[in-house]
Amino acid sequence: MSVSRSEYCVIACAEAWRDNGEVLASPMGLIPSFGARLAKRTFSPDLLLTDGEAMLVGLDGTVEGWLPYRRHLTMVTGGRRHVMMGAGQIDRFGNQNISCVGDWERPKRQLLGVRGAPVNTLNNPVSYWVPKHSARVFVERVDMVCGVGYDRAAGARYHRIPRVVSDLGVLDFATPDRSMRLASLHPGVTAEQVREATGFNLVIGDDVPYTREPSADELRLIRAVIDPEGLREREVKA
Amino acid sequence: MTDKMMPPEEVVGRLRSGMTIGIGGWGSRRKPMALVRALLRSEVTDLTVVSYGGPDIGLLAAAGRIRELVTAFVTLDSIPLEPHYRAARERGDFALTEIDEAMFMWGLHAAANRLPFLPVRAGIGSDVMRVNPGLRTVTSPYEEEGGREEFVAVPALRMDAALVHLNRADRLGNGQYLGPDPYFDDLFCEAADAAYVCCEQLVETAELTKDAAPQTLLVSRHSVTGVVETPNGAHFTSCAPDYDRDEAFQKLYATTPWPEFAERFLSGADEHDYQLAVQAWHKEQR
Repeated sequence: MSVSRSEYCVIACAEAWRDNGEVLASPMGLIPSFGARLAKRTFSPDLLLTDGEAMLVGLDGTVEGWLPYRRHLTMVTGGRRHVMMGAGQIDRFGNQNISCVGDWERPKRQLLGVRGAPVNTLNNPVSYWVPKHSARVFVERVDMVCGVGYDRAAGARYHRIPRVVSDLGVLDFATPDRSMRLASLHPGVTAEQVREATGFNLVIGDDVPYTREPSADELRLIRAVIDPEGLREREVKA
Repeated sequence: MTDKMMPPEEVVGRLRSGMTIGIGGWGSRRKPMALVRALLRSEVTDLTVVSYGGPDIGLLAAAGRIRELVTAFVTLDSIPLEPHYRAARERGDFALTEIDEAMFMWGLHAAANRLPFLPVRAGIGSDVMRVNPGLRTVTSPYEEEGGREEFVAVPALRMDAALVHLNRADRLGNGQYLGPDPYFDDLFCEAADAAYVCCEQLVETAELTKDAAPQTLLVSRHSVTGVVETPNGAHFTSCAPDYDRDEAFQKLYATTPWPEFAERFLSGADEHDYQLAVQAWHKEQR
């Protein structure tokens, strides 16, 4: 059975939490949640997960701890967490915006607000998930810096953006000036497609690898155990 | 000992236009909605509101009662963007002090501890600094490896009054939460000059710990001015374990033009009228 685009996205999200050890995986959004669960079921069994409210739970829902917001925020500042947030806008250095579009004084579109993006980015690893890669999201300049990017993180000792996963590929900041680079393409996508869907000059090497294939066991877990209803196909169309 | 019981109208009667009011809960969870609705029936306006925002903000913003909002977000949780808040913001109806979730929490801690500020590793590098030009930073006074780190000095979020909703309370002002998360309701009460606790059910003091652990006693009477009993008073936000969020009604709230919603559900004489209007609507849906 062929692997769908959304399944590559689950794999690419899961990989964000590889070798993370005993930290809280905080996925925001459906496909990051499936990725975190896949990582915990396979190569990162020590990850902690929440039930979306105040409980730390195992894969079967067994409560193993208590994490109300006040303690969650301490987990952030203690650094024992890797969050994958969404982004209304993100720029070449990883500055992220979820607050508003347009002029902050009187926005064209009010979004969520800064939420915890400022504290997250200065304290624990922050990855991002963009379900629809476009030049409206990947912009030259974000309208309101919520999550701090590499060019504004001088002196921030715990700042790290491991990866940005989109429906087209995986991006990272492994370049000399820490600007965004195309790290892998999901099979079926071309580098040209990513270039066109990005509103800034993305670093694209000569031989961009493909996002890795899921193993047979991973595919079975995604399809039969983690997302039997196929909700992933709604977030990312084939 | 002082009996602090009062009706919602008396709480609102003690509020004044221009005050700074803190509202407990988080997003669309355990919000003191009965008190917010009582406020909407009053003439109190021109408020500075401090809240991890949910429909409390949507309602007050739509009704034009907010002069300034202090928040990190406004959301209905299951509906990510609060439509009435959004519309008011896009109209430029009020001033916004937008700070990070952690900055907000340490601002409450500072106020509760009578400190002018607390240092937080959040905000620097972000546009929170640009949109809050009054924010100052402090440098660690201690030598450490990697040099002296700079932090944001989050100012105390001191309030004239706080409104919170809890599961149980006694007449003295001891409040209990029975759900999974205390949110920051204790801090709101301690950070305010006057705090009003709304509860699902009023009980005798001895009842509070009869079947529940003492850690559920979140709010202590020394930080409480008034106690109100309003069953279903957090509606339509969640108030676990007493009830979940009323998702159908929240959806109605989010999709109905404001004047229409206000006319049907908020034009009654008191909280009882609101609850009857909600019941009638649910009956129609069957």
